[in-house]
Amino acid sequence: MKFIFMIVSAIFVNNIILAKYLGNCPFLGVSQKRDSAIGMALAVVFVLTMSSIVTWIFQKAFLEPLNLVHLQTVVFILVIAGFVQLTEFYVRKNLKNLYQALGIFLPLITTNCAVLGVAILCIRSSYNFIETAIFAFSSSVGYGLAITLFSGIRERYEICHIPRIFKGTAIAMVSVGLMALAFLGFKGMA
Amino acid sequence: MWYSLAFLGGLGIFVGIALGIASKVFYVKIDKRILEVQDALLGANCGACGYAGCAACAEAIVKGEAPVTACVAGGPTIHDNVGRIMGMEVGIVEPKIWESYCNGGERSERKYIYEGVEDCRAADKLFKGDLICEIGCLGLGTCVNVCPFDAIRMGKNHLPITDPSRCRACGKCVEACPRGIISLLSASDRILHFNTVEECLSPCRQACPSDIDIPRYIKQIREGDIEGALLTIKERCPLPLSIGRVCPRPCEEVCRRNLIDEPVAINSLKRFCADYEYVNNKRIPVPVLPDNGHKVAVVGGGPSGLSCAYYLRRLGYTVTIFEAEPKLGGMLRYGIPEYRLPKKILDWEIEGILKLGIEARKNVKLGRDFNLEFLFANGYEAVYISIGAWESYTLTKDESPDGVYLGTKFLEGASKGEKFDLGEKVVVIGGGNVAMDAARTAVRMGVKNIKLYCLEKRCEMPALDEEIEEAIEEGVNINCSWGFYRYITDNGRIKGIELQRCTSVFDEEGRFNPKYDPSERMTVDADSIILTIGQHPDASFVRPDERSGHLKLTRRQTIIVDEETGETSEPFVFAGGDFRTGPDIATKAISEGRFAARSIHYKLTEGHIPVIKRQKDLIPESQLEKLEGVDKSEKVKEKTLPPEERLDNFNELKETIPEEKAIYEAGRCLQCGIYCYNPYINPVKEKKKTEKKELSGT
Repeated sequence: MKFIFMIVSAIFVNNIILAKYLGNCPFLGVSQKRDSAIGMALAVVFVLTMSSIVTWIFQKAFLEPLNLVHLQTVVFILVIAGFVQLTEFYVRKNLKNLYQALGIFLPLITTNCAVLGVAILCIRSSYNFIETAIFAFSSSVGYGLAITLFSGIRERYEICHIPRIFKGTAIAMVSVGLMALAFLGFKGMA
Repeated sequence: MWYSLAFLGGLGIFVGIALGIASKVFYVKIDKRILEVQDALLGANCGACGYAGCAACAEAIVKGEAPVTACVAGGPTIHDNVGRIMGMEVGIVEPKIWESYCNGGERSERKYIYEGVEDCRAADKLFKGDLICEIGCLGLGTCVNVCPFDAIRMGKNHLPITDPSRCRACGKCVEACPRGIISLLSASDRILHFNTVEECLSPCRQACPSDIDIPRYIKQIREGDIEGALLTIKERCPLPLSIGRVCPRPCEEVCRRNLIDEPVAINSLKRFCADYEYVNNKRIPVPVLPDNGHKVAVVGGGPSGLSCAYYLRRLGYTVTIFEAEPKLGGMLRYGIPEYRLPKKILDWEIEGILKLGIEARKNVKLGRDFNLEFLFANGYEAVYISIGAWESYTLTKDESPDGVYLGTKFLEGASKGEKFDLGEKVVVIGGGNVAMDAARTAVRMGVKNIKLYCLEKRCEMPALDEEIEEAIEEGVNINCSWGFYRYITDNGRIKGIELQRCTSVFDEEGRFNPKYDPSERMTVDADSIILTIGQHPDASFVRPDERSGHLKLTRRQTIIVDEETGETSEPFVFAGGDFRTGPDIATKAISEGRFAARSIHYKLTEGHIPVIKRQKDLIPESQLEKLEGVDKSEKVKEKTLPPEERLDNFNELKETIPEEKAIYEAGRCLQCGIYCYNPYINPVKEKKKTEKKELSGT
């Protein structure tokens, strides 16, 4: 029950992008087309889950015993970047199809603040290993859901009459705001 | 602090080394050429190649899955560069030119007011758009939005305009347009195109046997682009100098201006364009593809054969024309009198066609000097037979008496400069254009007393009204509704002809079946008689023991071909022109020649000939009953020699219209579509309109 509650909360109520506003750059950058948005979403699910687990292990195995918690942010960035790069190498060599689907998105995610954000959130909330994995996974699913929905909206903007000054990012920001308001409606659920 | 620094440094070094090792362990060999090709490609990621972006395309090219010319948007330079990386030679890829056929769009009335999504695809989903015209441009600019190169913009009439320097012919707009208005056509696509029933065709285009894009060339004349107009004509008609003089103008009969005043002088404008080339003695180069190695023989150098040879040559074929007469031109040379088409002009025009690289062998006749076996044995892969219809019908089964001339023989002789002893009184039998030509040729030979008798009533005569009137002006005495009864001879020499009243020419089903009233007869004295009562082909080359024996002929000696392809019952043998249709106008023969060129092209390159739904009859919906908002304006007429100056010489009858008149006349064109037309296109009016706009702008 606790886990279901956690999943629903991470996906809908405390959506990583719409409630916590993390990972904004790829959210606006890769949401022009639904195909690439879905690719991005899958890559985020993969990277975010894996890196949260890796950083949790790192926190427990090195930072806390060695009393280096103040280096958390720097170390996590290094670890995530190194990990993502490593994953890319591996995927390119051994998982051809996955590489073709996610290939160009993997390096992009290194700079996604949602990845770092979720990793730190897990530590702050003092989650254990299982909780970290579930929370990270459902957060990333929430991110994927938001970016996929948003790309659908943006595709429709392509063919709508939008005043020139609102075109592009401006109308995108307005719509993200409205989406966030809509997601606010889930607030009562948790 | 040192402790933290050491940890971070250590971690950094560790991650660095780990990644270094991993990059070696997981090293994937990438073909260096993929990157090189990717750099050489356009880099627009437009997707016109059919791959997801330039990187994917580069990979496909290197793998050999895509040709080096895959980057359609890139054009020849990029193809060359890619080819160099791949070590391949690039053949010629013909440039494609953007074209939108819709002239109207906004001219159509609306079914409803559309306020939905600003996209043609969405608008088209709702009852096929808000326009009554279901094939017109919706003008919402989907093509503008999808163009990756910013080459399209919306013009002032809400019609897309392209900037040719930016268009890379990627085809995105073609794909996006829900109406199929936009096409990318190469010069050969345009040559191979025939009007189909699905297209937006103005009445003149429907009526033109050659499928010439009339509104387009008239528009080009109006814009002062006479060379462009001529090229437009030559896409469908290689003999505009001749056709501009001799065409009976079926297009003008259906011109919508007939509802207001008089038709646009379409043929005079064609003649004007053609003469522009001739008078300046500057041949405007037409696009010709490099040789493709196929050899085709054309038998018969008349308009149909010349047309077939011309278009095959432009498509890159090696063509040889075999002509039975000493000179090319067929009926244009030997059937049409000098005063209508000066032979000097015809020579110049044919020379231009041959200069494209067509070989002509003269004085060789199919069946007499060579046969089909000879052609195929000499490496010709396909044969087009257009030997015309040169044998005149006679009135009696027995040999005609002295002094009776056959129309075609008479005209042929006259054009070769032979002398005929016609005597004082000449009778011409027949009511068609050939009869008029024969009678008027006789006038020019100095005969004073010419009487013409035909079966038809005056209103039924197949000859053009204009021709009949001019013949009357020249003193030809035309008598209608008389049929032949018998010759009156004296010692085998013609002395006169006895005629009987013809009561009707056609039966209820419209077939030729004349009825006579033998009680009403008359005798006419004649020193000679010219028979112009129709012709049929001379199919004597068909011999049962030869390959030609497979050809099927009709009762009238015309050949039977597959209507959809022009191929005869013998594979790789095509036929057309008068040989197929029986005597018909030159424009029709030219169209047959081009159609055969299309069929031969597909047969030799693709193995089968695609069948299209050709538009043949006028489309009923395009026949309007009235025009609104069109002002009357006077038609420009070609200057004609006064009748007294026409006797005893063969000087050209009509003059080409001068440039300013041509531009004025082009302004009379309503630029019709299938349903719509431009009421306010007169040059004078348009000028006023722009002035007003400028005023309101300031």
